[in-house]
Amino acid sequence: MRFPTLCAAMLMLAAARADAAPAAAPSRMLAASCSGCHGTHGQGGGAMPALAGLPADHLGALLRAFRDGARPSSVMHQLARGYTDEEIAALAAHFAGLPRPAHGAGVRP
Amino acid sequence: MIVHTKPGVARRRVLAGLGAAGLLAACAVPSGRTAPKVVVVGGGFGGATAARYLRLWSEGAIEVTLVEPNRRFVSCPLSNLVLGGSRTLDELTRGYEGLARHGVRVVHDHAVALDARRRALRLAGGAALPYDRLVVAPGIELMFDRIAGMSEAAADERVPHAWKAGPQTLLLRRQLEAMPDGGVVLIALPAAPYRCPPGPYERACQIAHFLKRHKPRGKVILLDANPQVISKAALFTRAWSEEFAGLVEHRPNAAVSAIDLPSMTVTLELGERVRGDVINLLPPMRAGAFARAAGLVNAGERWCGVDWRTLESTAVPGVHVLGDATAAAPGMPKSGHMANQHGKAVAAALVEQLLHQREPAPPVMNNTCYSFIDDRHAVHVSSVHRWVEAKKTLEPVAGAGGVSSLTREAWLQEGAYARGWAQAIWSDMLA
Repeated sequence: MRFPTLCAAMLMLAAARADAAPAAAPSRMLAASCSGCHGTHGQGGGAMPALAGLPADHLGALLRAFRDGARPSSVMHQLARGYTDEEIAALAAHFAGLPRPAHGAGVRP
Repeated sequence: MIVHTKPGVARRRVLAGLGAAGLLAACAVPSGRTAPKVVVVGGGFGGATAARYLRLWSEGAIEVTLVEPNRRFVSCPLSNLVLGGSRTLDELTRGYEGLARHGVRVVHDHAVALDARRRALRLAGGAALPYDRLVVAPGIELMFDRIAGMSEAAADERVPHAWKAGPQTLLLRRQLEAMPDGGVVLIALPAAPYRCPPGPYERACQIAHFLKRHKPRGKVILLDANPQVISKAALFTRAWSEEFAGLVEHRPNAAVSAIDLPSMTVTLELGERVRGDVINLLPPMRAGAFARAAGLVNAGERWCGVDWRTLESTAVPGVHVLGDATAAAPGMPKSGHMANQHGKAVAAALVEQLLHQREPAPPVMNNTCYSFIDDRHAVHVSSVHRWVEAKKTLEPVAGAGGVSSLTREAWLQEGAYARGWAQAIWSDMLA
């Protein structure tokens, strides 16, 4: 593919600035699709389980179980089917990196 | 290095940007020196979320001003419960102090005019706000002139729409309380698209919930301009035939074309006349007034076209539109939850563009919309929306999303989730 110099320059500019960018913008935006229900920082509240601080392998397995129908739910089995394996891994890693909320709300076993 | 768009796409967008206002904006905002300015018009589910997430994700590096005429936010979601009697309007009301704590400058004024060339927004109070990007989240406007005999004053005094939670919600509640037992409540709803597709059907449930306890000989008649129930049909139909048997009648293809206020009678397009003791008339809707004033309406003379990767207007560069005012992508509802997702997508896009000079990855959005059947039971519809490059739009993911199961046990559990949803999303936009 022909690649215009201008575009290449822009890409280099983006590369130069990537270091200064907050980490992991894409997973942040992905996770924000969860925060309308689970809280801005994944803290949960009321009947909504907290996601923040859950081990990544646990949350990843949970989301895949919702998606594959292995774990029943009211809505999560429908939503999880909209996300890819890579996105589920990114979401799990994102929430694992957030502090666990003090009130201890969590995904019920 | 992370480049979120495919090279071909990035090239086209870079060139397009340089051809128009993008270069000017880039030059006007030298990174690291002058903080980029974003002005947000409208402090509802979309605008407030955009303002809050712009501050969070830019870590204070973007200046954000929110222009909203109302001093307090009143949630439309859950406002039907005020009619049913299980919530007060105060419980659905929040202030804008939380946004101020995030450093959002909140200006309580009306946006009246847009100077896109100079990138300035003029307010009714006379101030002109300069911006690098404008985010417009004006909600909806009701088209009273589509119903002969109808007017905004009539809605305020006699035939409330109550489709913007506030005084009309309370007026409609008082009318229900004052209605004699055996009275008829008409809910007239327009053809889709309109704000909150399941809302009128939830309202029928909530009014029936009130009638069942207080005026059991009363009745709700839904005059539906659509050919069938357009959202959660099996769920609402089940509630009307069981829990509210004899209390709710749904009439499809029943668009209201005129109203006679003295006799409280509406006329349907096919000529039939229907009288109501209480009439809740929802006229057709379009993007909020400022969207038209700003030249953003370019879809069917009612809605605002956007590029769903960034929600930038397809009519005016440098202006992003979100929420109910947008010409919806296929299968995308006009809901508060969806507007909340739009707000974050705009925030993500503007942080990428203004602070990092790069294009954002197309957003993945979802929608979960709860409707209350009575004071404790709720049902939902959900969907996930992803970018389809070949069609240049967001589309619902096939196989994802769905609605509640049909058991009352599930609906009871979902009532708890619906209450949790409301608390979570109000905090996500305003805390």
